[in-house]
Amino acid sequence: MKAPKFSYVRAVSLEQVLELLERYGEDAQILAGGQSLMPALNMRLSAPRLIIDINGIAALQGIAFKDGMVRIGALARHVEVANSAIVHQHLPLIAAAMPHVAHVAVRNRGTFGGSIALADPAAELPACALALDASFVLQSLAGRREIAASDFFKGFYATARLPNELLIEALIPVRQNWVPVFLELARRHGDFAIAGVAFQLFIEGGILADARLAYFASEARPTLGRASLAAIKGERLDATSIEAAVSALPEDLAPMGSAAASAKLRLYLQSVLTRRALAQAQAAATGHARPP
Amino acid sequence: MNGEESMPIRLTVNGEPVAHVVPVRQHLVDFLRSVLGLTGTHLGCEHGVCGACSLRVDGVLVRGCLMLAVQADGADVVTIEGLDSTGEVADLQQAFVERNALQCGFCTPGMLMAAAELMRAGARKTRAEIRAHLAGNFCRCTGYHAIVDAVFATLEQRASAGGNRV
Repeated sequence: MKAPKFSYVRAVSLEQVLELLERYGEDAQILAGGQSLMPALNMRLSAPRLIIDINGIAALQGIAFKDGMVRIGALARHVEVANSAIVHQHLPLIAAAMPHVAHVAVRNRGTFGGSIALADPAAELPACALALDASFVLQSLAGRREIAASDFFKGFYATARLPNELLIEALIPVRQNWVPVFLELARRHGDFAIAGVAFQLFIEGGILADARLAYFASEARPTLGRASLAAIKGERLDATSIEAAVSALPEDLAPMGSAAASAKLRLYLQSVLTRRALAQAQAAATGHARPP
Repeated sequence: MNGEESMPIRLTVNGEPVAHVVPVRQHLVDFLRSVLGLTGTHLGCEHGVCGACSLRVDGVLVRGCLMLAVQADGADVVTIEGLDSTGEVADLQQAFVERNALQCGFCTPGMLMAAAELMRAGARKTRAEIRAHLAGNFCRCTGYHAIVDAVFATLEQRASAGGNRV
């Protein structure tokens, strides 16, 4: 199908974007990479009065490391994130996730901020942001505010961003010596996940001292595992503790069912991934790389 | 607000400068096909899943149906017609024919555009890498095997010939 009629502004400054958002609110849609907005327009699932194209705003670009934090600009394209030396060095979880983010042509256009602001429950980057304890900078004419990923994702394509706010950047703290594990299952490489985990774990002297276990493609938003973490915190990651974490999963997750996978199947697949991920983390922390 | 809003654009298509006034809601492939008559770029799903509309915009592979024509203002666009005329993937096209890597041919322009991006890197690729790279392009006829064969063989041939031809 073809997109419905709309007005289009190629924004030339941040101020212009914020003024338009103030005026149009929910009647405006931000066009960044367009890899989710354009399908929604073509299928007429979205019919905004105004499209604000932010691709020309230089302030929203770039990836930088400073004072123990990585800043990823909202307009950083997936391909830039995937190839970034900063991301590979400081955010290995995101580096591991990037090959799963859609397909080559989509990665060439799609943006980090777009994925975060859309908050698709099956998307990789919101889950990584949650596991990495990232925060997001939102700006309106009234000013800037910073919000933690754990407060930002509210539900099914729903976030804490107000209609007059623009997502500017993600700020991601670098944690040395934490072990990243990213696993997902999809019907076809690059398609939306039907189960996925983004874990970051701190293992000291063979004992799991702390972890952030994010599950995605299950609930309406990425979920931080609490019961599964409680089962392994302070423990050695062995078959017994890993099974305890897997057994606790139903307390953490009540997956949604869809045509791609039933709720029961998703929960089962998450238990498979959790088992694999924790075993991989233990192997990585103790220097015993598992054969592929 | 309720009328059809239009905007002038200037861009380069297959090396030729082009200037037009386009409806702001028109996507790039509709512009190329219906205005410029470049019908080699196909529209399958029109929502970014099938890859038939693959194009090269400013040097990188994109989904043509997921870009507005107005966003191509100032851009350098290469379609399958342009790729064909420069001979950049003439050897791959020959390999497609030899190995029956196309049947109905609907996906072929997109497949060639996608493969061209992989081949520009110039290095040998494993079959798994080729499959991962082409995963965003649907083919409903061949079962993909012959397509992977063609890309693999062409990359091997280029590597043995000892050169980056691009």
